[in-house]
Amino acid sequence: MFKFASLLMTPAAKYLMLAFAVLFPFFAANEYQVYVMATAFVWAIAVYGLNIITGFCGQLNLAHGGFFAIGAYTLGLLTVDFGWSFWPAFLGALVMTAVLGFLVGIVSLRLKEHYFAIFTLCVGFIIYLLIDKWEELTHGAIGVRDIAAPYGFGLVDFTETTPFYYLVLVFLVFAIWFMGRLSKSLLGRTFIAIRNGDELAQSLGINLMRNKVLAFVLSTTYAGLAGALYAGMVRFIGPEEANVQHTFDMITYLLVGGIGTIMGPLLGTIGLVWITQSLQFLEEYRMIIFGPLLVLLVIFFPRGITGSFLTWMHRKSQSLAPAKKRQESKVATAQNREAESNA
Amino acid sequence: MSLFLQQIINGLTLGSIYGLVALGLTLVYGLLHIPNFAHGALYMVGAFMSYFFMVDLGAHYWVAMAGSAAVVAILAVLCERLVFHPLRNSPPIHDKIAAIGILLFLEAVVQMFWGSDFRRMSSPFGGILNFDGLIIPEQRLLIIAGAFVLVVALQLFLRKTMTGATIIAMAQSRDGAFLVGIDANRVAMMTFAISGMLAAFAATLYAPINLVYPTMGHLVIMKAFVIIILGGMGSVPGAIVGGMIIGFAEALGGFYISTSYKDIIAFGLLVLILSIRPQGLFAKGAH
Repeated sequence: MFKFASLLMTPAAKYLMLAFAVLFPFFAANEYQVYVMATAFVWAIAVYGLNIITGFCGQLNLAHGGFFAIGAYTLGLLTVDFGWSFWPAFLGALVMTAVLGFLVGIVSLRLKEHYFAIFTLCVGFIIYLLIDKWEELTHGAIGVRDIAAPYGFGLVDFTETTPFYYLVLVFLVFAIWFMGRLSKSLLGRTFIAIRNGDELAQSLGINLMRNKVLAFVLSTTYAGLAGALYAGMVRFIGPEEANVQHTFDMITYLLVGGIGTIMGPLLGTIGLVWITQSLQFLEEYRMIIFGPLLVLLVIFFPRGITGSFLTWMHRKSQSLAPAKKRQESKVATAQNREAESNA
Repeated sequence: MSLFLQQIINGLTLGSIYGLVALGLTLVYGLLHIPNFAHGALYMVGAFMSYFFMVDLGAHYWVAMAGSAAVVAILAVLCERLVFHPLRNSPPIHDKIAAIGILLFLEAVVQMFWGSDFRRMSSPFGGILNFDGLIIPEQRLLIIAGAFVLVVALQLFLRKTMTGATIIAMAQSRDGAFLVGIDANRVAMMTFAISGMLAAFAATLYAPINLVYPTMGHLVIMKAFVIIILGGMGSVPGAIVGGMIIGFAEALGGFYISTSYKDIIAFGLLVLILSIRPQGLFAKGAH
């Protein structure tokens, strides 16, 4: 059992997962399944963004869905109303979400805990109201139709589901790779230090504001990237894209998967998107299951699937290790516990 | 001039409702330091309960209001017992996420029973009073009077009764309250019950001049948050003054600036204020 557990976390397991993702369109029952998986990947990218600011940095951002919508709308409006083609508009969406993320970040990140969460909840709502009411710019409730699809340099047609699936997969792999690098880098450790305590981080000479804003901009750019891909995939967007419900969905995905972990956002998102798909008959009532799930998770498994799994593995390795190693891992557990209690 | 007075009445009506919702929110925050995102859902359930008692069971308006207050109070106490109490030692992010879970759950349950349609709920006070050209619907007067009575009653309860005193004591100093032997569980449950009752009263008062639908709590709760940030989180007078400020800003702004953007006014105000004073307008120090 233990061997199996440790296998799951090896690079081999990651390559296996990648191989599974690459081959998925070949053994999927129909094109719809490929489409659902591509949707799951798009959401996963956004959830990785949420993981940077909320998982690593410890700031509950409730405007994340709003930035997703800004990415989608920037791409949609640039291609439909301004006649840009996909890739320049795609870059435009990234720049737009990064710049707006910076502006919102420098105001909101001075606020502590509850104030930050409430402020971003309001920002999310302002984004929704603006998209809904500012008809001259956003087309209001009618939404944006006929968004340009990415052109594939003459060889592939990205209006087809399967090529688009691979396009999303490329971005997802890049997003995860970057997250992995980030978590190991000094910057990522700085973020975690901030999560574990503002004062403590500051006493180590960490510039709180600069790092928090950087984490926030990274996170909104992830959301913008996901939003732009989403708009390129469905090619029709409306104000519902900015609904605060999307933010809550992403928090659920992040929590179920494991907040602050590398593989958690992916596992949580894919798992829950598929569960949602199979619960289609429940339609909007699926929250009857997801709401209590969220509550039970924060009470009993605050670290989600991946986090709980890692903790369990850690305990296992401790009981198997010889006495000398146990001493070392005691220190590690203490650090781990500290990280846990602040996650 | 009469149009202006009309807007003053509108501002007072809105301010009263927002104030009542913000009061419940600020009581819970002051005591337990939980920003209860599910408070808007309690407000929504309050409206649906009144609708259920009045329209489906044919009860009188006042009976429906009392019934709804009782149901929502019990619901709020259940939230405290089942969700917030087990999380009392968790990092602050968990309370907030759990509150979102409650919100999603309550909205889905209400939607399952009543659907997502907009519903109308009437009240026995459908008349219109005409004061020399100034037209005031009776329900609006009832809202203003009702809010006033509730605020006075709450003040008397907090200041004059022993139970009220324990709530204030615990809000002022948790450790001090424990030292003199105050039962924290009882106080927390009591606070949640009051908070739920206020939300239900506000919803039942407001529902006849608005509509009843599952997401009706969203805007109200966000404005209530703006209000308690304005008024200082945990402050009872702050919630009332803040409620009036937002109510008037919205009524006058909606009339003189733009109706479609009136909902943004409160949030714009918040963004502006927090940019200048991150700790809130009247708060002595940031929490």
